[in-house]
Amino acid sequence: MTLFRGRRILAGAMTLVAAAALAACGSKTSDSGIAAGVSADVSGDTVKVGLLNSLSGTMAISEVTVRDSIMLAIEEINAAGGVLGKKIQPIGEDGASDWPTFAEKAEKLIREDRVAAVFGCWTSASRKAVKPVFEKNKALLFYPVQYEGLEQSPYIFYTGATTNQQIVPGLDYLKAQGARSLYLVGSDYVFPRTANKIIKAYAAANGMTVLGEDYAPLGSTEFGTITNKVKSSGADAVFNTLNGDSNVAFFKEYKSAGLTAASMPVVSVSIAEEEVKSIGTQYLEGQLTAWNYYQTTSGAANEKFVAAYKAKYGADKPTSDPMEAAYVSVHLWKAMVEKAGTFDVEKVREASSGITFEAPEGLVTVDGPTQHIAKTARIGKVGADGLITEVWNSGQPITPDPYLKSYPWAGGLS
Amino acid sequence: MTVLIGQLFTGVSIGAVLLLIALGLALTFGQMNVINMAHGEFIMAGAYTTYVLQQVITAAGWSLLVALPVAFVVAGAMGVLLEILLIRRLYARPLDTLLVTWGVSLILQQLARDVFGSPNVQTRAPELLTGNIALPGGITVANNRLFILALAGSAVVALTVALRVTPLGRRIRAVVQNRDLAAVSGIATSRVDRTTFFIGSGLAGIAGVALTLLGPIGPTMGTNLIIDAFLVVVVGGIGQLKGTVIVAFALGVLQATGEYLTTLSVAKVMVFVAIVAFLQWRPQGLFTLRTRSLA
Repeated sequence: MTLFRGRRILAGAMTLVAAAALAACGSKTSDSGIAAGVSADVSGDTVKVGLLNSLSGTMAISEVTVRDSIMLAIEEINAAGGVLGKKIQPIGEDGASDWPTFAEKAEKLIREDRVAAVFGCWTSASRKAVKPVFEKNKALLFYPVQYEGLEQSPYIFYTGATTNQQIVPGLDYLKAQGARSLYLVGSDYVFPRTANKIIKAYAAANGMTVLGEDYAPLGSTEFGTITNKVKSSGADAVFNTLNGDSNVAFFKEYKSAGLTAASMPVVSVSIAEEEVKSIGTQYLEGQLTAWNYYQTTSGAANEKFVAAYKAKYGADKPTSDPMEAAYVSVHLWKAMVEKAGTFDVEKVREASSGITFEAPEGLVTVDGPTQHIAKTARIGKVGADGLITEVWNSGQPITPDPYLKSYPWAGGLS
Repeated sequence: MTVLIGQLFTGVSIGAVLLLIALGLALTFGQMNVINMAHGEFIMAGAYTTYVLQQVITAAGWSLLVALPVAFVVAGAMGVLLEILLIRRLYARPLDTLLVTWGVSLILQQLARDVFGSPNVQTRAPELLTGNIALPGGITVANNRLFILALAGSAVVALTVALRVTPLGRRIRAVVQNRDLAAVSGIATSRVDRTTFFIGSGLAGIAGVALTLLGPIGPTMGTNLIIDAFLVVVVGGIGQLKGTVIVAFALGVLQATGEYLTTLSVAKVMVFVAIVAFLQWRPQGLFTLRTRSLA
């Protein structure tokens, strides 16, 4: 009996050793040295860039479209002769909607593939996961999605909107329309909670009252009670920071309760053309969105972008704000590299300030100190055809202010 | 006051959704004592059936009506297949059944992802079911919720009648009460098992059709709901429908009230605490499962 037990313990120990050995192999890449910057490999006649998006899992629906637009931009640049005479060679990795995987793949792209820059990430959670990797290795990430602000990493360029280019203009618009009371509905995680903190500070300073604030877990599909609360509050408008599938259930319930865009408009910050298609125009017609770009935005640059995208990926594929921001990020990187005359990360960062690009959304300018982009804010209305048309814009690009330092009411936020 | 009545209706309609899902379980889990973790995927199958039918029949109202019987048969057939291939071999081993059906549920989810893609899909609801009825005093009652309530009510009535009056129902009850005695009395118990499983799984398919009116259709839509449905059957007591019906509505109203007074997450906690307390006080709901199993 004792012998038997001894054997089992031995077997157990062997298994542990084997597992430890395996684990060591698996984590080899992240242990190989405390990095002091790995310079990009630009010895050949190509330059490698990394594309880091979720091609599987719950975020794939959105992130695949971002990957597609990055590829379109790379093709365009290569057709026009590349960057500093070198063709761009994209190296794609799948973040799999899993934040540790994002960090692992970022490390791989930087250290093994020695890419000159990485384009990608969508959720704030994935950005927060890769941020230390880029900072440790002194490598560049271009992040293309609107986010909750209050962040400024020296190794990240933020080409989506920060709060003062999306949420604050959305509130300004509602105020101008005469909305005096708001109801806040959001998913229960970092972006909506931070956004709502900002909204409450704005409301307090602008004579608006927030009548209620409700959060549903990501993926929640039961909105009967929240809709009842919204309806009985009699608010002038609803500010919606729900993400993903919850929007489907929320807008179905909203319509069933007899609420309409005319009686109580909803401003959403996470619903773009792609999402409109999946929720159904039946439920969304007339509701408002806040972004910096719509497929319908006028201008020659956008006509060219939309036509090129549809020609490559299909006539039924809409273009949206994050896709446009991703497309722009590649072109901005090219301009920065050419101004710097080198792929060296620190020189590229130094050269970034003041870089402009005639983007589909209009002229955008890189703001050197914050590494965000000056963008025009646009409020849009969902039409019967599923496209969003602009009803208001800020007239000129808004200088990014991720910490809202120029807004006195936001003093206590960060 | 208006809000309270509206909230009561919301609670009742949450209860109706729970009831539709739990009814099938009341048969397969309550009557046959099989813990089928793939029940949620039969709900998903029903929802995707609605989606596929809408590609063929473009009129939203008709496709929904046609989807009800078709989803019942599709989900029922999947249930029978599962019963014949796996569950039948594991009747005396409830824990193994649980693991096997959980595996099947994962396989079915991946299958749905491969066939329909991982993004969720949508169906158009008939215009009639997107509106509401305005009652005096500013109370509005959503048509889709009314429809689901009526559907759940009809399912309960049909099932009760089937179990009480028809020869098939008599045979099902005989097998539940005493399998061996039923067998020696000339009842083909394995055929009765299969039929029971067909009906139980078919009801999940109908629940799937109803859910397309409320939310998105996706590979994992069933897993979110299945826990609550099991709770309804356990708390309601095994082997009879009455408990399932009462508990489904009670939990629905408790959830809606809790959510109204606090937040959604707190309400969920309240419901779970209430269930634990209830089972402490009255564990029979749980324990009749053992005394009646395969007597």
